[in-house]
Amino acid sequence: MSALRFGYILAPLLGALWSVVIAIVVAVVVSFATGAGLKPVIWSSLVVGAVLGIFALPQGGKWSRNRFVAHSLGAVLVVALVLFGWMPLPLVGAEGTGVAVLQIARLLYLIAAVWGLRVMLAELPWESLTRYEFEAAIIRFLTGFGYIFFTALVAIPFYVMVMTSLKSQQALLQNPLDFSLDWEKGWGLLRSYSELFGQFNFGSYLLTSAFVAVMTVLITLLFSVPGAYAVARLRFKGRAAMGRSILLIYMVPMIVLALPIYIAFSMLELRNSLTGILLIYPVTTIPVALYMLQGYFRGLPAEVEEAGLMDGLSRLAVIWKITLPLSLPAMASVSLYVFMIAWNEFLLAFMLLDDPSKFTLTRGIASLNSSEIPRQHLMAGSVIATVPIMLIFLGLERFMTKGLTAGSVKG
Amino acid sequence: MDAKAPTGIGPLERREARLAWGLLLPTLISVALVVVLPLLAIFWISFKPIELADLRAPEAEAYERLRGDIAAPGDAAAIEYRLSNSSREVPVTGVVLRDVIPDGLDVQDLDSRCTLIVTQLICVLGDFEPGYRERLRIDVVAGADFVAPLPSLRASAAQMDGEASSDLFNAEFTFDNFRTLFDGGEFWNVLGVTLFYTVFGTIGALVVGLFAALLLNKSFKGQGILRGLYLFPYVAPVIAVAFTWVILLDPFSGSINALLVQMDVVDTPINFFGERPLALIMVTVFEIWRYFPLSFLFILARMQSIDAEMYEAAEMDGASPFQQFWYLSVPQLLGILSVLFLLRFIWTFNKFDDIFLLTGGNAGTRTLTVNVYEQAFAVSNIGAGAAVAVVIFACLLIFALFFFKFVSREEGL
Repeated sequence: MSALRFGYILAPLLGALWSVVIAIVVAVVVSFATGAGLKPVIWSSLVVGAVLGIFALPQGGKWSRNRFVAHSLGAVLVVALVLFGWMPLPLVGAEGTGVAVLQIARLLYLIAAVWGLRVMLAELPWESLTRYEFEAAIIRFLTGFGYIFFTALVAIPFYVMVMTSLKSQQALLQNPLDFSLDWEKGWGLLRSYSELFGQFNFGSYLLTSAFVAVMTVLITLLFSVPGAYAVARLRFKGRAAMGRSILLIYMVPMIVLALPIYIAFSMLELRNSLTGILLIYPVTTIPVALYMLQGYFRGLPAEVEEAGLMDGLSRLAVIWKITLPLSLPAMASVSLYVFMIAWNEFLLAFMLLDDPSKFTLTRGIASLNSSEIPRQHLMAGSVIATVPIMLIFLGLERFMTKGLTAGSVKG
Repeated sequence: MDAKAPTGIGPLERREARLAWGLLLPTLISVALVVVLPLLAIFWISFKPIELADLRAPEAEAYERLRGDIAAPGDAAAIEYRLSNSSREVPVTGVVLRDVIPDGLDVQDLDSRCTLIVTQLICVLGDFEPGYRERLRIDVVAGADFVAPLPSLRASAAQMDGEASSDLFNAEFTFDNFRTLFDGGEFWNVLGVTLFYTVFGTIGALVVGLFAALLLNKSFKGQGILRGLYLFPYVAPVIAVAFTWVILLDPFSGSINALLVQMDVVDTPINFFGERPLALIMVTVFEIWRYFPLSFLFILARMQSIDAEMYEAAEMDGASPFQQFWYLSVPQLLGILSVLFLLRFIWTFNKFDDIFLLTGGNAGTRTLTVNVYEQAFAVSNIGAGAAVAVVIFACLLIFALFFFKFVSREEGL
């Protein structure tokens, strides 16, 4: 490692790696945005990146001879290779790629590569580095890489989901990379959506899902608030055991329960009814809600409640008038979390609902998964199910993240 | 005077305990009905040779129709009942048919097993053997008081009563389900797949989540947005993201394959979810992708509660960034990491939806949970499915034991 601890070695090394990353990212981004075929050339990216790394080192300080030589050599090397055609540029186009797109992509590459390297290599001396400087530079590189990596990892599937829903199956079969939109179509872009709402009843699925999720939240709170209060505040035999069994129940896999529930519901003719769904959903969420709430109740100062008791309120009145108002934020977190579970639930809806008039959204999407239905419909359905929960999540992120961290080790 | 501490349970305490149980009662009842009862049922069913078709209890069935035409008084016809036993294996005993003969029809000649009281027909038909079929004819003539048209016969549906024992409730037990489960080499294969998926899925999600948390453990503009974005995979409905992955990685028209081919990484498109062992790796990657946000969130929360002064002191002492991470952050994070590992391990082990939606358990991705579904619904052998479920439950108990042994000390649960 210590052999690397010189500015003039680390800079070209990071420059080369960074350049490859940027070349690939630009190629993917431009391909996905325009459908044009772009290819990163790895070895060329490495060479160009190494030279860029040398140039990106801060210019201040003493100029030594070898620094001067490295700069001129690098410049000459790149110019010669590119001008005489011995080396392709880091990005080349596939057949039929427009020149304009290619040049824009190359410009993007250059800007991103240079800017990133300037940030990464800032304050790095040309000569030997301290361990701190060395590691800090590497961490800056890893950080930059991490942002790109994670953002791409998360964004690409959602981007593809939305774009596929706006395109036609034929267009995508022709060029699976072309996600550019034909703006001339205007509202026609949303055809899959209008068909889903018009012919496939998605409006009713949406309402059913919302109804089921809200009811699940209400029933869950109704059951879990008193239970959580009892576990958190009241002394009784078996309190500790109760806390544990809640967690244990929370770990029982749904599929194990789904089988007997399916059998029982078939016999009681509760299949294909929202009543049946509403009998099951809250029970799957009550344990976790109870667990989250009791943790919160425990954190509330008991003195306030005791004061209430002294003033002649009954326990139930204390819960209603003191504890609940104090724990509104926790209730919001729990509600959101339960809403999310109920909204996203798939397995039970899939097993218990066969009648299209009673489908929830997730069940509705599952029914779109057939070879006869074009896949933009499937993706449009996915978008319809994803957008509401995302909006709620982004709008109330503070509560949501709290809720997730408080109890959601479940998935 | 000596003050003595009260011993035993006082009335106040008793009242408090009563209230506590009262408050917990709704939860306990609902959990008992939806969790404990099904669990017991699973154990019961796992010892029974039951198939999906056996769930419908055998019944005696009657299908009635009119042979001949009746338009005016004096017309003759016959009411025909096609009787059958719906089951080919189980007899139905003590079958009785009840029906109402429409007004205006006179019954001519009655089967010896039947009696007619005014218009009420009662036939005591005895026992139906498995697969039993019979046609019962009752000749009728339209009487003088007949008014056309004849009301539909089915306006008063024939009612059949009979008793049959359902396999589900009799006291016959068998170890066959477990024997066939453990006999085939398949079970160990499934268990291996489950362990691979669980171990790598859990560790992967933890490690990726740790990196994401390290990345966002500083305040800068847009940190909130990125944090929200990184939680998307977990918050979105699993069915939506699973289908997106399937479409994205499709061997014929998937964008990822098109990209790889165009960049000359591969020559021919890869069937990501259809080949062994790639499919198993891909579903594990999906699991990591979907659940890294959770570990990310927990680890980030823990990181932000670490005292910043510690890092300042380390900085003064000249500790390098990697040293700070290794000697300061990691020890602080070990607690939450081990808790997360155990819980996520259990949950990944229990995971069903993801694999079911991505591959349907094909191409070597059948885990124990998917096997429950496969056995019970694809092969229609409910008993075998229940046996797998019992095995899962046994594993779960072992994990839970571990969990409470190690974690409850750690986090004070």
